[in-house]
Amino acid sequence: MLKIDGLRVNYGGIEAVKGITFQVPERQIVTLIGANGAGKSTTLRTIAGLVKPSAGRIRLQAEDITGMSPDRIVSKGITLVPEGRRVFPDLTVLENLKIGAYLRKDSLEDDLEWVYSLFPRLKERSWQAAGTLSGGEQQMLAVGRALMSRPKLMMMDEPSLGLAPLVVKDIFSIIKKVNEQGVTILLIEQNANMALHIADTAYVLETGRITLTGTGEELLNNEAVKKAYLG
Amino acid sequence: MQFALSIFLSGISLGGQYALIAIGYTLVYGILRLINFAHGDVFMVAGLLMVYLSAFLGSFLSPGAAIGVGLILVLALTVALGFAIERAAYKPLRSAPRMSVMISAIGVSYLLQNFATYITGGLPQTYPALPLLSNNVIIGGVSTKVVTVVTPFLVAVLVIALTQLINHTKVGMAMRAVAKDFETSQLMGIKINNVISMTFVIGSALAAVGSMLYFTNYPSIVPLSGSLPGLRAFVAAVFGGIGSIPGAVVGAFIVGMSESIIKGSPFSIFSDAFTFALLIVILVVKPTGLFGEKVTDKV
Repeated sequence: MLKIDGLRVNYGGIEAVKGITFQVPERQIVTLIGANGAGKSTTLRTIAGLVKPSAGRIRLQAEDITGMSPDRIVSKGITLVPEGRRVFPDLTVLENLKIGAYLRKDSLEDDLEWVYSLFPRLKERSWQAAGTLSGGEQQMLAVGRALMSRPKLMMMDEPSLGLAPLVVKDIFSIIKKVNEQGVTILLIEQNANMALHIADTAYVLETGRITLTGTGEELLNNEAVKKAYLG
Repeated sequence: MQFALSIFLSGISLGGQYALIAIGYTLVYGILRLINFAHGDVFMVAGLLMVYLSAFLGSFLSPGAAIGVGLILVLALTVALGFAIERAAYKPLRSAPRMSVMISAIGVSYLLQNFATYITGGLPQTYPALPLLSNNVIIGGVSTKVVTVVTPFLVAVLVIALTQLINHTKVGMAMRAVAKDFETSQLMGIKINNVISMTFVIGSALAAVGSMLYFTNYPSIVPLSGSLPGLRAFVAAVFGGIGSIPGAVVGAFIVGMSESIIKGSPFSIFSDAFTFALLIVILVVKPTGLFGEKVTDKV
């Protein structure tokens, strides 16, 4: 579905991504794991159109989407749940969900119901300002907001960051559920254990290069991965 | 009593006119964190446009029609000017430090003033009498122009319309989102440049309406006519808490009223000194203004 070919990105004067090639097959959960500064976030931000690559191609199905503006990429069906959730604190929960569907002109009722069924807590709080939600609820809202654009591919940047272990478990079970309903997932995580458990395909990223590939299970049992990322 | 009434009338009318300018400062600041120093000069250009357009249109339209068409054209051209300034002077500096954008704004301000001097030859231009607005009425024994009475109501209508737009429409939601977080707004598919242009369009339109009300009360316009009202409106926006629309309106009425009171006292020569002393006091006592948000990273 998504093909990344020889992607290089300069970010803040250094080459953060040094020519990576990988694929996200349709309906799978794919994860990129790696330490801080490995280039994971930069990769997702480049796919989302926030950063322009210096070389390489990004293809969605057959179409070349390299260097397109973020709004066009959203309209192609790719969405990013940003690191640190970044909900709009002054907007209500409902407004946050509606703004996720900013480019859509059709009725939102069905999708609102869908998101509320995934996250009943958001329905209870739909009139509350998003800034008053707990961290876990804000993460749910960020995922719900992304789903409101009806994405084919949902990218997630460190969804477990700063959340309690129980909440992380909840979030991951929702990710699986969303995936079973047909949304392809590209996930990056420092919490490699959780990510590898749900991933169909996994890549290890080290200082801007992909060093290992396999199914989630293969990497879970890989000695090098165990040593470096699973502690 | 009559004296007090006349002070009050001129105070709220002045306050309303400042409010229309102050909203332009506060909207742009809310989104770009930029103090748009050229805003007062856009207000002046709107006044000059009315002078020249009414004379030009008057040569082949009836006087009433010339004014009517003139008002609409002034509104449209002022909006176009605000839009063009943003695209030419601020947009290319989107990722530059904020200080650079501010200096660009100061540059645009001088550019507009000098251009106006070139066009007018520095001579005061007589503002055309607007039908109805320029007529005199007598309220409670005080003779004043209709515009004085109309201003607060017109301002109220425009402010209510604007808050409805911001709080209850999709564009308004996008404006609130962009004001908080450029990058996440882009991820939602919002074209932030369009939203930023929109704030300049709204601000310029309000400044154009403000110029029609303001200059009706004054005999003539000079190229510097925008700078003091602009500064006072800026003080009003800071007073109310820059970034907040209700704040700008309340601040403008306070600045307008105090200016009117001092101009009616023996100390009238100090009226501007008082306005700016007020600014210093606010900045010392409550740096975020009456309704301002707590933000740590301001210029």
